[in-house]
Amino acid sequence: MAMIEISGLKKNYTSGEGTVEALRGLDISIEAGEFITIMGQSGSGKSTLLSVLGGMNHPSSGEVEMDGVKLYLLNGEKLADFRAQKLGFVFQSFHLIPYLTAIENVMLPLAIVAMKSDAKKEAARRALERVGLGAKLDRLPNQLSGGEQERVAIARAIVNNPQILLADEPTGNLDSKTSEDVMTLFRELNDAGQTVVMVTHNPDNGRYADRTITLRDGMVVQ
Amino acid sequence: MKLHTISINNLKRRKAKMAFLTIGLMVGIATIVSLVTLTRSMSSDIEKKMDEFGANILITPSSNALSMNYGGISLGGVAFDQREILEKDLAQIKTIANHMNVSAVAPKVLGGVKVGNHDVMLVGVNFDSELKMKQWWQIFGEAPKADNELLIGSDASKILNVGPGDSVNIKGEEFKVSGVLDQTGSQDDALVFVALKKAQQMLGKEGRITLAEVAALCSGCPIGDMVTQIAEKLPDAKVSAVQQVVEGRLKTLDQFKRFSYAIAGVVVFIGSLVVFVTMMGSVNERTVEIGVFRAIGFRKSHIMRIILLEAALVSILAGVLGYAVGMGGAGLALPFMAESRSAHLVWDATIAFGSVGLALALGLLASLYPAQHASRMDPTEALRAL
Repeated sequence: MAMIEISGLKKNYTSGEGTVEALRGLDISIEAGEFITIMGQSGSGKSTLLSVLGGMNHPSSGEVEMDGVKLYLLNGEKLADFRAQKLGFVFQSFHLIPYLTAIENVMLPLAIVAMKSDAKKEAARRALERVGLGAKLDRLPNQLSGGEQERVAIARAIVNNPQILLADEPTGNLDSKTSEDVMTLFRELNDAGQTVVMVTHNPDNGRYADRTITLRDGMVVQ
Repeated sequence: MKLHTISINNLKRRKAKMAFLTIGLMVGIATIVSLVTLTRSMSSDIEKKMDEFGANILITPSSNALSMNYGGISLGGVAFDQREILEKDLAQIKTIANHMNVSAVAPKVLGGVKVGNHDVMLVGVNFDSELKMKQWWQIFGEAPKADNELLIGSDASKILNVGPGDSVNIKGEEFKVSGVLDQTGSQDDALVFVALKKAQQMLGKEGRITLAEVAALCSGCPIGDMVTQIAEKLPDAKVSAVQQVVEGRLKTLDQFKRFSYAIAGVVVFIGSLVVFVTMMGSVNERTVEIGVFRAIGFRKSHIMRIILLEAALVSILAGVLGYAVGMGGAGLALPFMAESRSAHLVWDATIAFGSVGLALALGLLASLYPAQHASRMDPTEALRAL
C-alpha cells in the first residue's frame, strides 16, 4: 500500500481576477521509503501541492491519503496532531526561531510531546549530530551560516522521526557546494527509511531522488 | 523544551517591546495604587482626627425649648417640659448594637456658682473620660485627682487670678487648683472643672447630668445609626451628631475618591489598549513563526498558551512594579495632600495582591483577542512567505 495516495486533487484560488486553478486533478502515488522530487516552473502548483500534502491547505476536491489516513476528513486539531506525529517540514528560508538556540529550535516539535526534558535534549542532540552540527548546539540562528541553518531546519524536521519528510526548495538559498551537501544528507535520511517529498527548481537535485514528478499549470506532465 | 521556554525566550529577545508593554500596564496599575492608597491614607488621617478631636455624639435633655443663641451670643430661651438625664441611664449606651464603636462617654453636670465676686460656670466631669476625649487639652500643673481639686480654664484663671497650687473657695468648700488649661479658644477657657460627683453634690443634682458627650471610634462607624440606637435607649434625651465639619471633609474626600477612580479607570483603559495594540503587533510580526509552529503540529491551544503566557508574565511584572511605583508615588504625594503631618501611608495586602491580580486580568483580557487571532492563523501563511 502506498504511503501517500493522491486522487483527483484539485485546488482553486479565487482572486479579484477570477478563479485560478492551481492544481487540476492530480493522481499521484508515493510508496513508503521513496525519495520524490517535484519540479516545475513558478506557478506550476508545486508549493500548493506540498502545502496540501502537509495538511495545511484544504483541496477544493479530491483526496489525500497518508499512511492509511484520509487527511482532510480530520478536523483542524487532529490534523495538527497528524503533522506533529507523521510529518517533518523543511522550509526554503529555514524559518528557524531567531530567539532559540540550535538545539532549542530542534526541540520545538517536542515541546508539545510528553517526554522528559533530558530525553528531549538527547533526541535533539542526536538529530543535530546526524546533520553534522553536534558542535554548535548552543548557537543562535544568526551565528550560523546558511548551510548550517538549513541543517538545523532538517534536524528539526527529523527529531521526532516522522515517516514523511516534506521539503520546499531546501537548497534555494544555498550555494552549489552546500546544496550538494544538503542533498546528500536528504539522500542519507531517505536511505535510513524516511519518505522524502521535495519541491525543487534545481534539475540537479533530481539525481538524488528515486523519481521526479514534473508539474506544469497544475497538472502532472511527467 | 516546553511551551513556556518559547514564551520566556521571546520576552527576553524583544526586550524593548516587552519593556514598553510592561510600562504601559505598569503606569495604569501605579496610578490606581497611588490614588487608592492616597485616598485611603487621607481617610484614615481624617478618621484619626475624628477620634482624637472629641465627641461626635451629644446627649442633652429632651425639651421643647428653642435655642436663642447665635454666634456665641445667648439671649436665653424659654424651656418647658424640660426632662432630665439620669447618670445611671448612660449605662444603656453600652448595650447598643454598635457599642464596640463607643470610645468614651463623658457625662457633665453644669451649674452657676460664685467664686469671690465672680459668677462662673462649674462643670462636673469624669476626668478620665474627659481627658481621653479632649486630647488637645494642655494642662499647666496636673489633672485633678481628688474631689477637692479642680481644673480651671485659662480665661477663668486670669479673671479669678488663681494658678496651679492656689486655693479657691466655692460654696464654703476649699478647692485646690491642680491645673490650668492652656488657651483652647473654646468655651472651656471660661469654665471651672471639678469631679462629677462633687459637682452634683454642690449643685444639688445628685445622680443627674446636664449632658453627655460620646466619642465614637470612627473607622467605619455608622454615626447616624449609633445616634438612632442611643436615642432608642434614652427616650428622654435628645441625641444628635456633631460631625458636620468632618462629614464635610469626608464628603470632599469621597468626591476626590470618585474622581481618582475615574482617572484611574481611564489610565487603566489606556494601559489595556497599549497591551492590546502591542500584543496584536507582536502577533502580526510573528506570522511566519506562528505558521511554523502550526506546520510542525502545534494545536491552536498551544499557540494561545504561548501568547497568553507571555502576556501573563509581563502583566505580573507590571503589577509588581506598578504596586511599588504607586506606593512610592503615594508616599511622595501624601505630605502635600494630607493636612496632618502625622498622616501615614496605609499599607494594605489587598492592594498589593489586588494590583498584581488586576494587572494579570487586564493583561490576559487585552491579549485574549491577539492570542485567538494568532491561533486561528492559516499555517499556509508560513509556506506562502517562502
